[in-house]
Amino acid sequence: MDVELLKPLPVPTPVSLPFWEGLAEGKVRLQKCDACRTWVFYPRSRCSCCLSDQLRWRDVSGRGTLYTFTIARQPTSPHFASDTPQLLAVVELEEGVRLTTNLVHVAEADIRVGMRVKACFERVSPDITLLKFQPA
Amino acid sequence: MAGVGQTTYYKHGQSPHAESRLALEAILNACADAGIAPEEIDGFSSYSNDRNDGPRMAAALGCRELRFSNMFWGGGGGGAAGAIQNAAAAIAGGLADCVVAYRGLAQGQFGRFGRGAEVGQVSGEAAHTTPFGLMSAAQMFAMKAMRFMHDHNVERSALRAIALASYQHAQTNPLAIMNGRPLTPEKYDDSRWIVEPFRLFDCCQENDGAAAIILVPAERARDLPHPPCYVLGATSGGHYRAGAPVHNTPDYASSHFKTVARRLYDMAGIEPEDVNVLQSYENFTGGVLMAIVEHGFCEPDEVNDFFSIENFLAPSGRLPLNTSGGNLAECYMHGLGLTIEAIRQIRGDSPNAVPGAEVSMMIAGPMVTPVSSCVFGSQATL
Ligand SMILES: [Zn+2]
Repeated sequence: MDVELLKPLPVPTPVSLPFWEGLAEGKVRLQKCDACRTWVFYPRSRCSCCLSDQLRWRDVSGRGTLYTFTIARQPTSPHFASDTPQLLAVVELEEGVRLTTNLVHVAEADIRVGMRVKACFERVSPDITLLKFQPA
Repeated sequence: MAGVGQTTYYKHGQSPHAESRLALEAILNACADAGIAPEEIDGFSSYSNDRNDGPRMAAALGCRELRFSNMFWGGGGGGAAGAIQNAAAAIAGGLADCVVAYRGLAQGQFGRFGRGAEVGQVSGEAAHTTPFGLMSAAQMFAMKAMRFMHDHNVERSALRAIALASYQHAQTNPLAIMNGRPLTPEKYDDSRWIVEPFRLFDCCQENDGAAAIILVPAERARDLPHPPCYVLGATSGGHYRAGAPVHNTPDYASSHFKTVARRLYDMAGIEPEDVNVLQSYENFTGGVLMAIVEHGFCEPDEVNDFFSIENFLAPSGRLPLNTSGGNLAECYMHGLGLTIEAIRQIRGDSPNAVPGAEVSMMIAGPMVTPVSSCVFGSQATL
């Protein structure tokens, strides 16, 4: 019998903690710059557009489009061998930021760049929930 | 470009020699090719965090004085032309008179290059990628290529043409690892998927070996044993926020050459139609695809016509490509083998020489940041 290896887990930092806390509550939370109105990802202490430190966390809809994807048929580490083929994706949220994710609840043949997707939440440890996406 | 040197190329982890010995051997071969005594070298230029640092090489080679010891920032092969840029700049700026650009790699001794990140607990940018199983360059670059191919309706035959050209050229290059192992369209189509849109033959090899190139001031060119080969231009860098983490660069479906290529043409005083032969770094064929477009050889929407095996084959294709076999079929020497081939095309001693080639280009490390490119020219181009 195969023993499933433990997958890598993210470690929240003081800056990124609200993002991970949001996911645990089933909410997508992003930073927005109060100075220049830019949405920011990944979590950081200064705006990537104007360098202001006036970033505020907001709940967002978690809706977006599939920006690009790949189907990995060769796992890069044994930890993901049982997930092959891996549906790796970049999703662009309505707010304009992009996140890396996995597609779930979708057939390979139905995946299209530009398709509408929505957030779903996968609890992987008592503290950590991962943000995945499925067709909207 | 005074001289070039290579070691025997091995499959990864199979070098019988230590990495530093490989690097020294390549440098000595380049010295012999240039007719220059190793003690004359006074500058060292490398990239991709090469472990064989200049001071150690200078001591081993008995260099009279070390005047320039330089590492081009950035992983991958984005520095394969950047190391030439820095070496040329050092000479032009009077910092050194005889600089070697080099790269050595022995993965049995030091572990495999570019493997998936170590796992466990991850923070920083990796916290937003690794937990999803996104860990390798192949996966990240596949997604860039996928988006570009979607935007411009690129067919997969374009990627296949790149792979076929490399393999065909390797069949006449005795140094090439894939010499004697030709690739057919059927064999390509039947090969396994690694990460879509890349099949096995879209991905570079992994190798052990070393390569080195010696640069001296242009005034010395006529005293050297080979026909003169000059650096006409060498540029590096990336567009606005090209290195933005987690796939948030504004211009995503790109090999990151748009600004670098424009500066290169301006520096060299040429246009794309002046280039007789091209070496374009294949980490993956999708990178070559975007790099060729971003260097202005064809428009994005002309790719399906332009990317054909006929156009890419030496000696008579419209744009002979990767004429030694490149990273796919000669050796993955992190692109330095491609730079050497670009020089050989100007000297006329390529295994697939393009007759009358006066201008040759080398493009390094598509999709990383920084990337780099350089242009070489014959005496007639000055
Ligand atoms: Zn701002």
